[in-house]
Amino acid sequence: MLIGNYKVSYAADQAIFRTPASRAWLWVLLGVAVAFPFVAGDYFLYLANLVGIFTIAALGLNILTGFTGQISLGHAAFVGVGAYATAIAATRLGLPFWLAVPAGGLAACLAGALVGTPSLRIKGLYLAIATLAAQVILEWVFTNWTGMTGGIRGINVAPAGLWGFEFDTDRRVYFLVAGLAAFHTWAAANLFRTRVGRAFIAVRDRDISAELMGIDLFRTKISAFMISSYYAGIAGGLWVYFAKVVTPESFPLSLSIQFLAMIIVGGLGSIKGTLFGAVFVTLVPEGLRAVVQGATAYSPDAMSWLAPMKDIVFGAMIVGFLVFEPHGLAEIWNRIRRFFWLWPFPK
Amino acid sequence: MTSPPASDLILSMEQLALSFGGVRALAGVDLQVRRGTISGIIGPNGAGKTSLLNCIAGFYRPQSGRIVFDGRDITRVPAARRPALGLARTFQNIALFAGMTVLDNIKLGAHCHLKTGVLSALAFTAEARGEEEALREEVERDIIDFLEIEHLRNRSVASLSYGLQKRVELARALAMRPRLLLLDEPIAGMNEEETEDMARFILDIQEERGITVVLIEHDMGVVMDLCDRVTVLSFGEQIAAGTPAEIQADPEVVRAYLGTSGAGVRRG
Repeated sequence: MLIGNYKVSYAADQAIFRTPASRAWLWVLLGVAVAFPFVAGDYFLYLANLVGIFTIAALGLNILTGFTGQISLGHAAFVGVGAYATAIAATRLGLPFWLAVPAGGLAACLAGALVGTPSLRIKGLYLAIATLAAQVILEWVFTNWTGMTGGIRGINVAPAGLWGFEFDTDRRVYFLVAGLAAFHTWAAANLFRTRVGRAFIAVRDRDISAELMGIDLFRTKISAFMISSYYAGIAGGLWVYFAKVVTPESFPLSLSIQFLAMIIVGGLGSIKGTLFGAVFVTLVPEGLRAVVQGATAYSPDAMSWLAPMKDIVFGAMIVGFLVFEPHGLAEIWNRIRRFFWLWPFPK
Repeated sequence: MTSPPASDLILSMEQLALSFGGVRALAGVDLQVRRGTISGIIGPNGAGKTSLLNCIAGFYRPQSGRIVFDGRDITRVPAARRPALGLARTFQNIALFAGMTVLDNIKLGAHCHLKTGVLSALAFTAEARGEEEALREEVERDIIDFLEIEHLRNRSVASLSYGLQKRVELARALAMRPRLLLLDEPIAGMNEEETEDMARFILDIQEERGITVVLIEHDMGVVMDLCDRVTVLSFGEQIAAGTPAEIQADPEVVRAYLGTSGAGVRRG
């Protein structure tokens, strides 16, 4: 129960976690996150790593699309740029992972700046098509620039190592992924406590009046593109040390769409929504797959007609969110929280 | 009225002309605004009032003429740079950012006076934190308290009434720390009570803070009560300028705008 929210300083009022309860939950969550790899099986660790990597990428897309209103259909390609840059930095330049991953982020950041340049002139669907072009071109480059990318065979990368410690299993990679995911979530939340984040939202909501408030539209949009693709690049770099190999087919257009599904289901323009969305879009298909497999135990030919059902159910869930909950899972969460503020008293 | 010395003018225009294709929006306007005054721009619909404000704010670029703000020619200064010089405006159709809270909308007004860059924002460095806290304090003390909107600070602007949205827009303009405040129909669509509040705020802004105000308004009672000086536009031309009393007595103004007998003037 939370009757009032009385603060005695502006600093306390502007904190990310403003109530003792939410800070307590944060510690619980951290405890679970740290304990998780010691109790979870390989399969769940694999899923957790996937969720962590997708969270970072989806945060980037939400900064660009959800907060700044610049739609992108090329986000997976930026993840790919980060992955290839990391792999190349690690294999050819022999950089350790703690330099190779940021190098991937920076490479994607530059690619994002380039692709974002037309955004001053084109908006909405036209920008979507421009970023789609970037997706197609980059995918082609991954496949055909064999001298650099290894073509369809890709690049094999040794596990990340730090002071003799090898991140060679999913259990060990988990710490890397979870740490970086937490760090990037914190940084994204920080962004929207300052003038930079406010300018992003202003450009999304009403770009003309934002300009008359003294916001440089081009700089703001390019910053959003650069931060967004930097996040994608870091996710790509982690992908390299998670999969130990980079191949062109890991970054298709359908992955870009999947990132969009994450931020729409989770909540456009919401940091916590991005986390919900990444978890939901990664785990629900896995859950449905488990259900299908469970069903085959009772009826052996269930697989043949249940397998396509899985995709239909998943698609219907996304349509359902668009229709019934356009603000995503984040809004559902907020409603539940508001309910408990006054609980057990009625509203 | 003799023309004031140049240093006394915060804004002056020389032969400002603006047209869209064949449509002449402004034809040689010579508006002059003295420091620390409230000036009104009136005129029938389509007279060019909002076009004039848009030229001052930099949203339109006049084809000829000059705009001098505080001794500096700003005719060619891009719109995004003008707030830093001390120019702020509100809009005829409210232009708040619907996805932000009242507090964030107001804070956004101060954008050009803040320095935090992308990297220090991501890391929320001590400088970024300090800047945000100082801003919050300034906004609370000088704006939220002044405009009596304490109860709204965490509300989303989309949930506010029209009158309150206009008040939040004024708050955002004040956060821009202006020396010249341009108000485009600040009380249009307001009820009696909201109108009185807004009129009081505008007077306080001028008297207590010494901010020069230029406003466009259709409510003649308010214009005549608030303004030190009124300029009348008709079809892009300046047909009269003077004190409210002079304007009300000007036969050309009466003919062009107020009706033949002057009976249309409503005293607020």
